[in-house]
Amino acid sequence: MPLPIGDTIGILADNLRQRGSVLPITARNATRWAKGLNLPRGGETVLYTGLMFQLIPYIEEMSRAEEKLGDSWLANFTGLGRQVNRVVNISAFMARPSAQVRAAYDQVLVNVATLLRQAGIDYGYLYEKELYSGALIYDLGVDEVLEKHARKVYGVLKKHGVKKVITVDPHTTNMLRSVYPTMIEGYDLQVKSYLEVLAEQGRKPTQTLAGEVAIHDSCVFARYENVIDQPRALLGQAGLTVREPEDAGKFTWCCGGPAESLYPKKALANAQKRVDQLKRAARDGVTMCPICYVNLQKAAGEAMRFQDISHYLCQAYGPNKEIE
Amino acid sequence: MALLNPDLVDVVRQNNEFNASACMNCGVCSAVCPMGIELLPRKLFRYVLLGMEDQVKVNTETIYSCLLCKVCEVNCPAGVHIAENVRSLRHFINRQVFRL
Repeated sequence: MPLPIGDTIGILADNLRQRGSVLPITARNATRWAKGLNLPRGGETVLYTGLMFQLIPYIEEMSRAEEKLGDSWLANFTGLGRQVNRVVNISAFMARPSAQVRAAYDQVLVNVATLLRQAGIDYGYLYEKELYSGALIYDLGVDEVLEKHARKVYGVLKKHGVKKVITVDPHTTNMLRSVYPTMIEGYDLQVKSYLEVLAEQGRKPTQTLAGEVAIHDSCVFARYENVIDQPRALLGQAGLTVREPEDAGKFTWCCGGPAESLYPKKALANAQKRVDQLKRAARDGVTMCPICYVNLQKAAGEAMRFQDISHYLCQAYGPNKEIE
Repeated sequence: MALLNPDLVDVVRQNNEFNASACMNCGVCSAVCPMGIELLPRKLFRYVLLGMEDQVKVNTETIYSCLLCKVCEVNCPAGVHIAENVRSLRHFINRQVFRL
């Protein structure tokens, strides 16, 4: 049985309103990935993670806890939990992912930072000033909370003199490029995903890869932001054979992830359908969104191995190996 | 007998777009939905246009089960902005039912 929808959305919205993120994490956990990279603070062009990759391990832990709660008598107390959460951040107790899992997601950001640097892009990072984009709250339709948060994010970017934003994941790209301008008059930031930036640069790979991968397009990249050709071009130039699953590109089949926060079981069932399609295309799958990655890998188990696209790109276009 | 609210579509439309009247009830959206949601958006949007508020509210779980993946939208021959319409319905339920 899923948890009561209204109270669950209420907790997530309260967290964004009071703590700046649907699942608040410490600045240390949000910025750990950048340790040792010596990225300049701020600048006219910034790499904006939107905390998505950092948050996923915590969201996964919360989702597991939600599933257990949903099947227990405690589900009846979700409303009380919301009241308590307004005073004490209960998600901090419920979601404690392992260092190993966190490191795996952080590695994607290290890969992206490395790729951009290798491509000669001059960029900075806002470190602890960076905020979550509010994508989940937008999807859940809590527009009043989202609008205030969007202004806050925009204010931070403007305060630091940012003009161009390079994003990593599709959801942050969509929020900063297509949603915020509908809410903020005079919004003037130029937003591109790192895949678009790298494709425009057109650099040759430093190493040629072999093998084949089944490509899974993110719905948001493919249908909201028209990022379809760039990942294929980058992977193809790297030497990989890109296998198209049954539904691909503009007509990609959703990973089920957007249902995860309210209906984890429905999300998993949908991911299993998608894994079946991808498995028929190739043994290895490539994703470009942390939500797709986590849902598909969970559904696939040992049947298929997924990698974020940055893993392959860093091997091909990076300094010959990923930074450990 | 259903109690109708003739202002429902205006309430749903308060902050957001709701262009469901372009729907010609062809059923493509239901056929391609990854979640197998038969109800959305044809009947649900029609309920809104007809002012059948109770019917909208009893379908709350369906409204929040939508993935907003837009596969229905890219296949829609009438150009209905289905995902944005569903978000508008969530906004409506959040305010009217959950009091958020």
